[in-house]
Amino acid sequence: MSEKLVVGISDWKICRSPDSLITYALGSCVGICLYDKASRIAGLSHIMLPDSTAIAGGHTTRPKFADTAIIDMLNAMKAEGASQSMITAKIAGGAVMFKSASAQFNIGERNVEAVKKILGNLGIPIIASDTGLNYGRTVTFFAENGNLEVNSATKGKSII
Amino acid sequence: MAIQKFEDLGAMEIDVLTEVGNIGAGNAMTALSSMIGQMVDIEVPAVKILGFQEAIDYAGGAEKTIAGILVPITGEVEGEILFLLEEDLVGLVVSTFFGVEDVDLLNLTPDMRSALTELGNIMAASYINAIASLTGMAMQVEIPMLSVDMLGAIMSVPAAELGEMSDKLLYIDNLMVIDKVSIKSKMMLLPTVASLDRLLRSLGVIS
Repeated sequence: MSEKLVVGISDWKICRSPDSLITYALGSCVGICLYDKASRIAGLSHIMLPDSTAIAGGHTTRPKFADTAIIDMLNAMKAEGASQSMITAKIAGGAVMFKSASAQFNIGERNVEAVKKILGNLGIPIIASDTGLNYGRTVTFFAENGNLEVNSATKGKSII
Repeated sequence: MAIQKFEDLGAMEIDVLTEVGNIGAGNAMTALSSMIGQMVDIEVPAVKILGFQEAIDYAGGAEKTIAGILVPITGEVEGEILFLLEEDLVGLVVSTFFGVEDVDLLNLTPDMRSALTELGNIMAASYINAIASLTGMAMQVEIPMLSVDMLGAIMSVPAAELGEMSDKLLYIDNLMVIDKVSIKSKMMLLPTVASLDRLLRSLGVIS
């Protein structure tokens, strides 16, 4: 029996094959899926904001920010036996839900840029992505094969 | 005493915010009622302090399709007003303004979308004007924005906006009830922590 683990907003979880991870309704948030296909260990992180170091006063709830969430999830996967050199990434979300003249509401774009930069610095290749545009996405990530299923209210289902 | 995080609010401050929501929403509902030509009731507002996931679950669940209108508030009170309009209320508005029945939320025409956005604009302005006259504080509504999508995706935007400094959202939640029981939708005011402090100070609740 495989289990489907739910990852909330500002949260991350890891699992092994044959389990899967789901997170609902990514809007401006980004879902970061890391996968080691040798050990079939998968991780899914649902981040809200790009950068914990940009916050004055040192407020850090680590799963909320791309920089701290990715590092913590990667370390948890390595502790389970994943090897960083084998890990690949798929990302989804980062939509601009509300069209506005103000850059303040383009948080989705800033999140995607930050995630790409952080993964690049870690040497983790992004092998598939479905980001940007203007609609929400629910994603399911399968540790069995590394497939990422993306569902949206307006565009239906796709697998990347 | 200063309010530095939402958890600092005591029972008396929550009561005052409930009344602020009541006054603001009362004014907004009068505006809505005159636009759609129907009686609109509001239930006693609820002041909620919830984590991000809890806030989404409480509002109706992440994957529910809904029309969200987000109206930024600037001035001495900063934050956002978010309307979460259910399909039946959108249907009522569209049939009132356009004479079209059987509305599909995901297939609104550009005219319908601008009518809804304008409705949000007028209601948010009525809400904010009531609070401004109550407190004597200067505040205004910015350009409203509409998105029809999954509720969780819509709420992620104010959550990210207000969530930099806090892991909780405070919202004054107003349930609108139209035509007695059949049509319900939500209007919520999400202020920043600093704005709440200023608002309560101006009303003499904290000093």
